[in-house]
Amino acid sequence: MNAARADHAKPLPALTGLAGEFYRWCAQGELRFQRCEDCGRHRHVPRELCAHCASSKWVWARSSGRGMVFSWTDVVRPLHPAFAEDAPYAPVIVELDEGVRMLSRVVDCAAGELAIGMAVELVLTQVSDQVWLPYFRRSKD
Amino acid sequence: MLRDKACIVGIGETPFCRKPGSGLSEMGIQLQAALAAIEDAGLKPAQIDGILPFPNVGKSEAFAAELGCSNLRFAATVHMGGAAPVASLRAAAMAVASGVADYVLVPGGWNGYSGARVRETAANDLNSIPGGAIARDFYLPFGLTAPPQWYALMARRHMHEFGTTEEQLGAVAIAMRRHAQLNPAALMYGKPLTMEQYLASPMISSPYRLFDCSLETDGGAAFVVTSAERARDLRQDPVFIMGAAASQPYPADEICGRPDFHRIGLSTAAPEAFRMAGVKPEDVDFAQIYDCFTFEVIQQLEEAGFCARGEGGAFVENGGIELGGRLPVNTHGGLLSQAHVLGISHVVEAVRQLRGQADARQVTNAEIGVVTGWGDFGDGSIAILRR
Ligand SMILES: [Zn+2]
Repeated sequence: MNAARADHAKPLPALTGLAGEFYRWCAQGELRFQRCEDCGRHRHVPRELCAHCASSKWVWARSSGRGMVFSWTDVVRPLHPAFAEDAPYAPVIVELDEGVRMLSRVVDCAAGELAIGMAVELVLTQVSDQVWLPYFRRSKD
Repeated sequence: MLRDKACIVGIGETPFCRKPGSGLSEMGIQLQAALAAIEDAGLKPAQIDGILPFPNVGKSEAFAAELGCSNLRFAATVHMGGAAPVASLRAAAMAVASGVADYVLVPGGWNGYSGARVRETAANDLNSIPGGAIARDFYLPFGLTAPPQWYALMARRHMHEFGTTEEQLGAVAIAMRRHAQLNPAALMYGKPLTMEQYLASPMISSPYRLFDCSLETDGGAAFVVTSAERARDLRQDPVFIMGAAASQPYPADEICGRPDFHRIGLSTAAPEAFRMAGVKPEDVDFAQIYDCFTFEVIQQLEEAGFCARGEGGAFVENGGIELGGRLPVNTHGGLLSQAHVLGISHVVEAVRQLRGQADARQVTNAEIGVVTGWGDFGDGSIAILRR
């Protein structure tokens, strides 16, 4: 019984290193991206160095949480047992106002309404004791 | 310069099957293909002194022990997923051209249907997921767990920017299926496909339907490379490697943040390979393009320079990539309709075409052919071959 439940548990991020820092901010209700202290560029996914200027100095800068859909897919047939009950669901690439793009999921939106360029806003969603995932929904305004 | 310094001299394949499975181990199926390739070349297994196994399906030590290669001088694995076989072809050419090895074997194969499926390894084995911890921490939790989902994001953006249509994706599936009707070894031999059937097939991860996806298969394939000088003494007409290159998108370990979203490994590799070969895309008589999914064929045709970016959809329409069209693509039926044997069969088929051994699907007067590989999050490899 426990084994079966473990098999179907949703994959979670490892809460170590820079990814751990990213997700600890999410658990506090904030989406933050690394911002280079030398050239000012935001980046995602987390990296040790700024790919533009090689600086190792950065801060976690709070995101507006607003952006638009850059690309999307409607997963009708899930290929991982943990997502069987979610289907259909919509992984998306969101381009945030800060200029970074991130893989996420749009919730509260039928697949037929998804469109590239659609304005979306952050909705942090708790999925385990420690993990909140930065999902998005269609912007209210 | 690598041009014409190395040749493919041996090819081998096992039968392809799905149900009930090959009944062989993953090593056993690869050894069967390897022995066929060595025999085809007119060599003895002990003469192989270089081995380049496909990632995660076998080690060179095991191949050497099984085959009795007591003089192994060169072994490596190129970690580029489905781009590995053609990238290994280049590495093999470099090895024999420089004298590091004399006869290099590139084997591959798997129980892709009856064994562990890609959808499982891509979600559960950190070593098998491109991007590794990035995918674990930033893709998998959101339900992006398998290749058709990764690549669907690329296809959807292309459709948005360039107007590529579902029917154009369907044209790729139908072209591969037509070619498979001329290849009795293909899994889809005797099973033609119409556009109506394509459009009615169930959605997997939009825009990918069932018939946009390749055939998970049990099977093996292999080829042998040697120097142009040694090739003259062997059994078959040599196929010369005119140019070869491999490269990666940027960044290679993360899809979403790419500054140029449509740039893939082939965008860099193809111009390099054509420069090395001294020919242009319009000089090519056929192309075996790694077709894990339909859109990847369209994207690679564009980035390899067979047409401009955004024009791949029109290129594949109206029989453009079918036998008799402007560029026959995947004359064996490809991963979509022959079998998914990790892309090695694309090399095997290119060699058959250039030897004139492609039977009912032979491209008339085929002199120059291209073969590509695609792997992980868009890694790319390409070889330009001549008879
Ligand atoms: Zn910087």
